[in-house]
Amino acid sequence: MSETFMPKIPIGHWADLLVQFITNHFEGFFGYIAAGIQSFVDSLVWLFAFMTPVVFILLLAAIAFWRRGIGVALFTLIGLVLIYDLGYWAHAMQTFALVLTSVVLSIVIGFPLGILAGINKTFHRITTPILDFMQTMPSFVYLIPAIFLFGTGMPPGVVATIVFAMPPTIRMTGLGIRQVPSDLIEASDAFGSTTWQKLFKVQIPIAAPTVMAGVNQSIMLSLSMVVVASLVGAPGLGADVYLAVTSLRTDIGVEAGLAIVIIAIMLDRISQNTRNKKTGGS
Amino acid sequence: MKKIEVKQATKIFGKNPKRGLELLRKGLNKKEIKKKTDLNVGVSEASFHVESNEIFVIMGLSGSGKSTLVRLLNRLINPTSGTILIDGEDITQMNVEHLREVRRKKISMVFQGFALFPHRTILENTFFGLEIQGVGKKEQIERARYSLTRVGLKGYEDSYPNQLSGGMRQRVGLARALASDTDILLMDEAFSALDPLIRREMQDQLLDLQSDMKKTIVFITHDLDEALRIGDRIALMKDGQIVQIGTPEEILMNPANDYVEHFVEDVDLSKVITAGHIMTRAEAVSNNRGARVALQLMNDNDISSIFVVDRTKKLLGVVDADDAAAAIKAETPLGEIIKKVQSVQVDTHLSDLFDDISKSPLPLAVVDEQGRLLGLVRRGAIINALAGNTPLTRTTEVQNP
Repeated sequence: MSETFMPKIPIGHWADLLVQFITNHFEGFFGYIAAGIQSFVDSLVWLFAFMTPVVFILLLAAIAFWRRGIGVALFTLIGLVLIYDLGYWAHAMQTFALVLTSVVLSIVIGFPLGILAGINKTFHRITTPILDFMQTMPSFVYLIPAIFLFGTGMPPGVVATIVFAMPPTIRMTGLGIRQVPSDLIEASDAFGSTTWQKLFKVQIPIAAPTVMAGVNQSIMLSLSMVVVASLVGAPGLGADVYLAVTSLRTDIGVEAGLAIVIIAIMLDRISQNTRNKKTGGS
Repeated sequence: MKKIEVKQATKIFGKNPKRGLELLRKGLNKKEIKKKTDLNVGVSEASFHVESNEIFVIMGLSGSGKSTLVRLLNRLINPTSGTILIDGEDITQMNVEHLREVRRKKISMVFQGFALFPHRTILENTFFGLEIQGVGKKEQIERARYSLTRVGLKGYEDSYPNQLSGGMRQRVGLARALASDTDILLMDEAFSALDPLIRREMQDQLLDLQSDMKKTIVFITHDLDEALRIGDRIALMKDGQIVQIGTPEEILMNPANDYVEHFVEDVDLSKVITAGHIMTRAEAVSNNRGARVALQLMNDNDISSIFVVDRTKKLLGVVDADDAAAAIKAETPLGEIIKKVQSVQVDTHLSDLFDDISKSPLPLAVVDEQGRLLGLVRRGAIINALAGNTPLTRTTEVQNP
């Protein structure tokens, strides 16, 4: 490509310079973030260990029963017992902590941004191409700056996961807010609502099912990043799969992969939109 | 008292509406402006006022600007120019806080598509306005319950909107507006989405409520029958302009132009003409007179029965010639031979008279609110009126046939 009539535009070089600049000037700042993420994940892992597998399994089965009923509860129970039986419990808990941290941060950052995008047209127009970029850029690429900024281990894994998994939450929150019927907005204005009252009493509650659909997608995307995150040293089931691939161990690959599938299906079903019991369907 | 006063209110949609305003002042109409620019004239220099306790109907076909006009009144849409006074205060000049206060305390609104919040119960929907105002929880619930009782929805507090029929949903919309206890009620095609029977029922209920609430109601509709039924005064709109304002009778009798005339052509007369319009003078005898006087009056007027009234002209009943003759022989007092008679209020529409007159062998007595005899309605007069032969000039005054 060097003999073209046009000189190469040094996009790669610019990206390099940008990351270098950020690393040089904001290293301390990113260090704090990395430490924060690490301690959040660590406390989750500690909490799961403190709960013991029995309590953890029963708790999740109970949540599944409350959200979806007996079928999903049974699946959760059997699936988690199987993971325990196969000997992947500790790693599963690390993966669980990674996913949970990413999802919580995705919601904390993505939900307000989504609301802003739902209310403000200009902001919506600016964010849409950025979100497209975030979702379509191969997820491996995020690992490179993540290593520079956050070192290795859990924090860069979490950050790369957030970048990849957050867009659906932003998109669907914005969509949900925009889809609130205009006559309901008029009604809340006509009764003299402030912007905040309108947001919290009308727009967010009505957008809630759509927002939940976005959160569900974010959870699924987080799980899909588990193996990728292990490339930068994030521990858990992803690391097991990575190890299995590099050492051609079918047994470990299948078992760890199965554990990821179980966690994925479980989280998907629990977080999926249920029919709203209160409004009796429709 | 003028509750709402609108002066030269104009709304032009599109970029650079000021340009449209100039063209409008040069005398161009909606279509010409649309052709010349890309501006859409919603409301064009509308002026009117609404009295306290009045039901003011704004009526026009879709696209006539009536929904835009009603939204200018609480500034859901900002007018391009003009002034809109609510209780003498110009709403177009208010800052956000002041406007919000007016919307909370003075004006409430009922919407065509009901606009109920699907995530809230009926009770929670009803106290929405009060919740927004920051009224105490206990008072919210109390006032919402009272409001629901008034519209006949007691017992549905914990249901959700999607569990209710269309008519019931709009009752919730009405209850929600009433709960805020504002003086002004804006109703934007409130009953248009309902089927005709339910619509009629809702109109009656609104009139019932209005008779003891005394609100100032601005009612938008595209249905002339509805406008004539509930409006004290009607404003007719076309292409963003108000073409005529008047009482239902004025509009029917003296259409301002071809447009209005075309509009009112197909009106069902039985819903406009009242008993007062077609009644004729009724012969009556005072109850302190004897049967002899009654019979004499019947002979003089060539009738076979006569109404009996007391000293205040209150209707007591009817006496027929046979009974009067018998009473003279037996010397019984007039009071003992009075029979009950079917009576109707003076403002009853013809459509509501059909049933009564078909059941009654005698003409119907027409009375005022105090029960005083004003006149009578014969079958022939009703048919004559429906044939279009009655000028609607007689209101309450009684003329000899």
